[in-house]
Amino acid sequence: MTQATEVLFPTSAEEAIAQFGDGGDVTVLGGGTIVMPELTYGRLAPSKVVSLARAGLDTLEADGTSVTIGAALPIARLAELADDVTALAQCALNVADYEIRRQGTVGGNVCAGAGHDAPRGDLQGPLLALEAQARSVGSAGEATESLEEFLAHRDGRLLLDLTFEKPAASAFAAIDYPHTHEYTVLAVTGVRTAGGETRLAATGVAGYGTRLRAAEAAGDPQQAGAAAVGDVRLGDDALASTWYREQTLPVLVRRVLAELEEAA
Amino acid sequence: MNLTVNGVARDVESAPLTTLLDVLREELGVTSPKAGCEQGGCGACTVLVDGEPQRACLTPVGAIEGAQVTTVEGLGAPESLSPLQQAFTHHYAAQCGFCTSGMMLAAEAYLQRGGTDDREAIQEALAGHVCRCTGYVKIIDAVAAVARGDSFDLSVTAASAGMTNLGGGDR
Repeated sequence: MTQATEVLFPTSAEEAIAQFGDGGDVTVLGGGTIVMPELTYGRLAPSKVVSLARAGLDTLEADGTSVTIGAALPIARLAELADDVTALAQCALNVADYEIRRQGTVGGNVCAGAGHDAPRGDLQGPLLALEAQARSVGSAGEATESLEEFLAHRDGRLLLDLTFEKPAASAFAAIDYPHTHEYTVLAVTGVRTAGGETRLAATGVAGYGTRLRAAEAAGDPQQAGAAAVGDVRLGDDALASTWYREQTLPVLVRRVLAELEEAA
Repeated sequence: MNLTVNGVARDVESAPLTTLLDVLREELGVTSPKAGCEQGGCGACTVLVDGEPQRACLTPVGAIEGAQVTTVEGLGAPESLSPLQQAFTHHYAAQCGFCTSGMMLAAEAYLQRGGTDDREAIQEALAGHVCRCTGYVKIIDAVAAVARGDSFDLSVTAASAGMTNLGGGDR
């Protein structure tokens, strides 16, 4: 399996970008938590793998107003944002377990394809609510666009970093998972911007993260909860039925809005 | 490429995408890390990489060139068990033993970073480790005992010394 594969370990962002090229037939390896089982079980037989292990994309930079997260930053390090971006830090601590949070990368989590048996992309919710800008390279060169746009056409692109403005307040609410698994069943993030705008997004509604725009536009938390259900196509998987998600999504939306209200 | 495994420098010839688990078990003959789910979910393959617990099944060996790898063989020797190994013995924290090496290495790292005997904190630190004998109470007992600084007389078992939570209620 691995003998015929060209495996590259670039030692700088520039080298990683050059080796990724137009992204054709390249498998990007971040922490390995998603790609390695695919190789082990023979579901993936890449001809070329670019590992970001030593590419220096594991940076976390914050100034007075904005935060930039390198694609290869271990998920666990988002805990450092606990004071400034509470929801993102809380969401990160809700991802899997101690070891996986240290090994999995922000980029890998965000770019994970939609899960079938369980939702993936735990961090998509908070980063969508934060309106993160994604900087990536690929066949069309370098581009910076909203994470929402990036996620819609991420195949063949290498995510470099994510940047967002620090919010005035943020809140995160998730369904507790039982001891037997560590997946995000359903989670909602709320962000209050410096300008007073409220943004909402969810992870786990169906295998991928979604902005809850109808809920944002609703007049009160009760209406927002009801509207959120109309924002999404709710999934039915091993962790929760569509019915269960329909019952719990409004609760999480109301909880997040109440928390934002308290923070104001 | 090179790895230091339990303090001994080793040459590794496996391809860079080979999992650390396969390198340890198949190439280097270190068989304490177990191949459980081989997709990161069970924790049985966990080893310490530069002192932090990591899933050997998810780690391409090429990504950790030059690293210090520690398995349970590196914690102590049969005639001089580490405090955690003594605690696991004393508290009967191993049943079938399949999860034990992963549990011990995650617990060792937890204790090294100053972990206390708080049972919830221990549970959180071991959250990625599944014991299908469901022997969690005694595993947490053992980790808590080391965090408290208990000493162990291995000629006396925990049960006969009346030190376990027989009767339950505390999990």
